[in-house]
Amino acid sequence: MDLEYTPEEIAFRDEVRNFIEQNYPKHLKEIKTRSEMTKDDFLSWHRILHKKGWVAPSWPVEHGGTDWTPAQKYIWNEENGAAGTIPVLPFGVAMVGPVIYTFGNEEQKKRFLPGILSGDDWWCQGYSEPGSGSDLASLRTKAVREGDHYIVNGSKTWTTLAQHADWIFCLVRTDSDAKAQEGISFLLIDMNTPGIEVRPIITIDGSHEVNEVFLTDVKVPVENLIGEENKGWTYAKFLLGHERSGIAAVSRSKKQIDRLKEIAKGEQDGTASLFDDDSFKLKLSELEVDLTALEYTELRTLASENAGKGPGPESSILKIKGTEIQQRITELTLEAVGHYAYPNLQGMDLGSYNEFPIGPEHADGVAANYLNMRKASIYGGSNEIQHNIIAKMVLGL
Amino acid sequence: MDFSFSEEQTLLRNSVQRFVQDNYEFETRRKITASDTGWREDYWKQFAELGILAAPFDEEHGGLGGSSIETMIVMEEFGRGLVVEPYLPTVIIGGGFLRYGGTDDQKNAIIPEIISGDTVVAFAYAEPQGRYNLADLTTTATKNGSGYVLNGQKAVVLAAPWANKLVVTARTSGGQRDEGGVTLFIVDKNAGGISTRDYPTIDGLRASEVTFENVAVPAENVIGDVDGGLPLVEKVVDEGIAALCAEAIGGMKVLNDTTVEYCKTRKQFGQPIGKFQVLQHRMVDMFMAYEQSVSMTYMVNLKLDEGVDERKKAASGAKVQIGKAGRFIGQNAVQLHGGMGMTDELNVGHYFKRLTLIDTQFGNVDHHLKRYSSLS
Ligand SMILES: Cc1cc2nc3c(=O)[nH]c(=O)nc-3n(C[C@H](O)[C@H](O)[C@H](O)COP(=O)(O)OP(=O)(O)OC[C@H]3O[C@@H](n4cnc5c(N)ncnc54)[C@H](O)[C@@H]3O)c2cc1C
Ligand SMILES: Cc1cc2nc3c(=O)[nH]c(=O)nc-3n(C[C@H](O)[C@H](O)[C@H](O)COP(=O)(O)OP(=O)(O)OC[C@H]3O[C@@H](n4cnc5c(N)ncnc54)[C@H](O)[C@@H]3O)c2cc1C
Repeated sequence: MDLEYTPEEIAFRDEVRNFIEQNYPKHLKEIKTRSEMTKDDFLSWHRILHKKGWVAPSWPVEHGGTDWTPAQKYIWNEENGAAGTIPVLPFGVAMVGPVIYTFGNEEQKKRFLPGILSGDDWWCQGYSEPGSGSDLASLRTKAVREGDHYIVNGSKTWTTLAQHADWIFCLVRTDSDAKAQEGISFLLIDMNTPGIEVRPIITIDGSHEVNEVFLTDVKVPVENLIGEENKGWTYAKFLLGHERSGIAAVSRSKKQIDRLKEIAKGEQDGTASLFDDDSFKLKLSELEVDLTALEYTELRTLASENAGKGPGPESSILKIKGTEIQQRITELTLEAVGHYAYPNLQGMDLGSYNEFPIGPEHADGVAANYLNMRKASIYGGSNEIQHNIIAKMVLGL
Repeated sequence: MDFSFSEEQTLLRNSVQRFVQDNYEFETRRKITASDTGWREDYWKQFAELGILAAPFDEEHGGLGGSSIETMIVMEEFGRGLVVEPYLPTVIIGGGFLRYGGTDDQKNAIIPEIISGDTVVAFAYAEPQGRYNLADLTTTATKNGSGYVLNGQKAVVLAAPWANKLVVTARTSGGQRDEGGVTLFIVDKNAGGISTRDYPTIDGLRASEVTFENVAVPAENVIGDVDGGLPLVEKVVDEGIAALCAEAIGGMKVLNDTTVEYCKTRKQFGQPIGKFQVLQHRMVDMFMAYEQSVSMTYMVNLKLDEGVDERKKAASGAKVQIGKAGRFIGQNAVQLHGGMGMTDELNVGHYFKRLTLIDTQFGNVDHHLKRYSSLS
């Protein structure tokens, strides 16, 4: 057992830190809630990383990844979290990319991987349907083979940022007679194909992050099928289990806790600041202890990955605890700003903001973030489903 | 011991319930909160006609002479409908100050106006630096001839955009956080020197930042004792808390019923999700949190006239229960609805938001736990 970084790892950490400091776009630092981000905001850091060759550290080198060790990848996440950079969106790089280079044919790799890396192709994830959320395998969007095309009919929902997407990777039913999991295929669909309609879903924080995607007689060339027909469930599950690094969001949570501390220091509470308030401080400390436990759980998971064991169902711990902590941070931040949790300044003309401020600047967006973060225990396999996975796969129940 | 409601009280509940059912469906409420003014003045007039605005006032001022149980009933039903109109600031808070601290002239002039629906009051007490301490005041009222001059800023004054009168706490003597030296004023919102910045709130209400710049206030606008206003503020705020608790249980009940109903109908893995025991137990916990909140709401509304410390403990205890239960029920109602719970389209998120901010109103769980401990 050893917690120290090697000299090489320390050198790498400094290199990464330096790079972020010098290249991270300044205007992105001002962003407080995701709802204010434009497509370009999402992509600007992505493009810079692509130029550097660091946009997809986990990919194999031959496809444009890095040969970083797990420790280096960990450092990478750590430094990005500490700097508060906007994460590279997962749909291309972390999700469909690995499916394509693992199960796709040469043609598909050549066609799709460069656009994922460069950010020229924006991908979205078409898994969930109105009737199929936790029970994903019950999905009903249908693809019928006609000559060299599939005709796709059905609807997807909760599709994150589909409003910007060029492509959607979809799970579709190609065999209605087979057992649920056995009749599913994995299709890549061009969002510009006639018959696709994207409708916004506004969430409780007032943002437009998710969408409904309706598919009516959408013609998809057969060459956009990944792997074998009716084997899509295997690829889908591979995808869900693939990218676990960063799922715990430890370094990002550390950064958010630091921000929360700053806010607490800026909140007056009698003659001192809220940061000096015993009961608030205890809650902060409890959060930090929880986060430390998670950090070391993640490190242990990484170490066993290092030793050649793939990420197991234990990584559900990272999802559950990671999202609980993220949610708790937003909850305490909301608490910290007191009365100024109230104002809803979204879409308000704040032209004269400085003349007549509505609360401290640090309170802006705090309630929206709290509300928005409720999603974290719902998406990506809800926390109840993650409990089920541990019960079944780890505890053997 | 008797927890049953009188016939009149049941009639009152029925009439408020009917009003909310007929006029406050969720889609109507959405239109109201999105409208320019953010409320329905015509509804307010209907409340006057229904006698709801008269509930707690003495008969000699045109009131119905009701107790806190009547206003509790009104607030609970309003909570079910997420009613935004300013019953709490006007009738409970503004009315409370007049009832307990008003001069005969003030009562005779203003109470009938409240009852008729012509006067709306907002309570300007919180300040940007003051957190939940009602005595932490930098707003000053300086004696000037026979009257006073007000200067300062008030934070998140709920319902201020709709109000024509403000009840303001200000320091007439003492240091920034001294218990003595606090004085209450009732002022016209359009008095010279008052400016407001209005905005919507996360939970669909409206509020203002209010600044007072050399606002001249005559001495007859003082409510209660000069320099001795704090006990009155605390009493009225405790009544506000009791009413707020009632609003909260109304909202909790809707969330719990909606969630149970949803879990009976939403199917995953070939069965209603309500068949999963983990969700059953969650809903049982939500149910228990609600029942405990109802109990605390009744308790505080029955204890408002007890001794000062007893009343304070009751109010703080109830506010703690409501804050914790509101958070638990709100978060889990969203969770059990899955993605649907995250949508603006469904009413669930809107109840969640209101419950979230009810915790902030008049002091959150931490604040009231401390207040409670300091009294034990
Ligand atoms: C903000 C956001 C972004 C999303 N982005 C995407 C995306 O880009 N692409 C995509 O495909 N999907 C996306 N999703 C969908 C997400 O994966 C689903 O919401 C999730 O799988 C839950 O499904 P559901 O919403 O239908 O809830 P349901 O499955 O109906 O679940 C409702 C409740 O029942 C519980 N439950 C269900 N089954 C069980 C069980 N067996 N045991 C115990 N409890 C159970 C759930 O935990 C939940 O609390 C997103 C969702 C959100 C909220
Ligand atoms: C101090 C003491 C005094 C008692 N006094 C009496 C008495 O006076 N008269 C009498 O008749 N009995 C008495 N009991 C027995 C008591 O009723 C049983 O212990 C109890 O019913 C649980 O049964 P069990 O111990 O067989 O545990 P089990 O029933 O085997 O339960 C083991 C665990 O599984 C859980 N569990 C079981 N079924 C479910 C389910 N469907 N869903 C979720 N969880 C479940 C239980 O909650 C428990 O945590 C007493 C027990 C104790 C410890």
